[in-house]
Amino acid sequence: MEAQPLAIRVSGLHKSYQKLHVLKGVDFAVASGSVFALLGSNGAGKTTVVRILSTLLKPDGGTASVGGFDVVAQPEQVRESISLTGQFAAVDEILTGRENLIMVAKLRQVNNPGQVADDLLERFGLADAGGRRVATYSGGMRRRLDIAMSLIGDPPVIFLDEPTTGLDPEARIEVWKEIQSLAGKGTTVLLTTQHLEEAEKLADRIAILHQGTIIVNGTLAELRKLLPPAKAELVERQPTLEEIFLAIVGNKEVRR
Amino acid sequence: MSARVLSNTGVMLGRSIRHVTRSMDTIITVTIMPIALMLLFRYVFGGAIQTGTDNYVNYLMPGILLIAIASGISYTGFRLFNDMQSGIFERFHSMPIARSSVLWGHVLTSLVSNAISVVVIIVVGLIMGFRSSAGVLAWLAITGILVLFTLALTWVAMIAGLAASSTDGATAFSYPLIFLPFISSAFVPTDTMPGPVRAFAENQPVTSIVDTIRALLEQQPVGNEIWISLAWCAGILIVAYAFAMTAYRRKIA
Repeated sequence: MEAQPLAIRVSGLHKSYQKLHVLKGVDFAVASGSVFALLGSNGAGKTTVVRILSTLLKPDGGTASVGGFDVVAQPEQVRESISLTGQFAAVDEILTGRENLIMVAKLRQVNNPGQVADDLLERFGLADAGGRRVATYSGGMRRRLDIAMSLIGDPPVIFLDEPTTGLDPEARIEVWKEIQSLAGKGTTVLLTTQHLEEAEKLADRIAILHQGTIIVNGTLAELRKLLPPAKAELVERQPTLEEIFLAIVGNKEVRR
Repeated sequence: MSARVLSNTGVMLGRSIRHVTRSMDTIITVTIMPIALMLLFRYVFGGAIQTGTDNYVNYLMPGILLIAIASGISYTGFRLFNDMQSGIFERFHSMPIARSSVLWGHVLTSLVSNAISVVVIIVVGLIMGFRSSAGVLAWLAITGILVLFTLALTWVAMIAGLAASSTDGATAFSYPLIFLPFISSAFVPTDTMPGPVRAFAENQPVTSIVDTIRALLEQQPVGNEIWISLAWCAGILIVAYAFAMTAYRRKIA
């Protein structure tokens, strides 16, 4: 994997909001086609990193590039290569789901916007809801629409800022599947999350952002080595509440 | 202007026009208040107001249209503010599109929706007895002044939409604008007002705009008033645009 070209390269990134010094020299790199998880507690600066990478915010110092383009010097080329799914579903509530998708397809000047929209509605289990205004959607449906909007135009790099926050377990598993299928197709995914399980499940590499710097960066196996080796203990394994919940409601493949 | 800017702006316009047509309450509130004022002044106060004209609806019309536009643009501020809050503004700004289209979509929507309410109000005015012998050129001039006035106030609304920290802030700026026509020549001649009020009324933009439109409707010479009103509109437009762009750059930096 080390031989693959880098999709994202961040070095010495600094950013302050007034007196609050959020990023104090952040360095990391993401290989093309991999899933990279940025972990951190609330306020650690994960969103700030994503906003800088998606050209919404200018860094105070350091450099960042996406797809080989510098985010400060070549923001237009960066925007050609990325798609952002922000922390809060960025969907138009007054338009229908289908109209939201068509709008993005037209803005990205994709051929045949109507067909693109219908395909995505089908793929994300929103075909029946496509003609309804987004204001009537549940949180999970909004999130799925939000992610679907980000896939239009097949950008090579996708930023997902806490994509499963506020979702129920089933919706979360669906978003995970979608992320895995993206990675399978060679899309580079930068994911921020507070759910450690999410990073464990999806990411090829995991970095922990803490107090303004990356304190750990490696594969899950590498991170495990940082702790003393696992001890064998006999523990009766109770099902988790999540397993109980999913068993009772039935973990359906396709949700409508 | 590249093809991409035009195409992107077209999509943005289509989007926010849908916002207008899907919330009928915005159209109703924008037209109903000026129409109610027109009824009130024509059938309640009008009999007691001496304007020196025999058709008071004609006298009222320019001021009513300005009130309609001033209340219409508050929704432009509101729509822009909602975009800023909802995250869709950031989605657009992280996409490979002409960023200027995000604001221009709102500006064009403001022009279209205000044009609709102006037409509705003129139709109601016609029913109430509004008549004008103005020719095509005069109507073109009136349209031009109203477009420039709408554009100027729209950019004022953009400042509010970009800089406000609450929905109230994004819309409240329009209340003084709606009130300005009352202290002008819009409803009564200014000569009966006491000194300081009269001085204010005669030197604020609404009076010169109202007088210009009234003269054009009545096929009277417009004199210097047309230049004064154009200067006011252009001045407000330039200053508001500069402030709006500053607020915009602060938001995206």
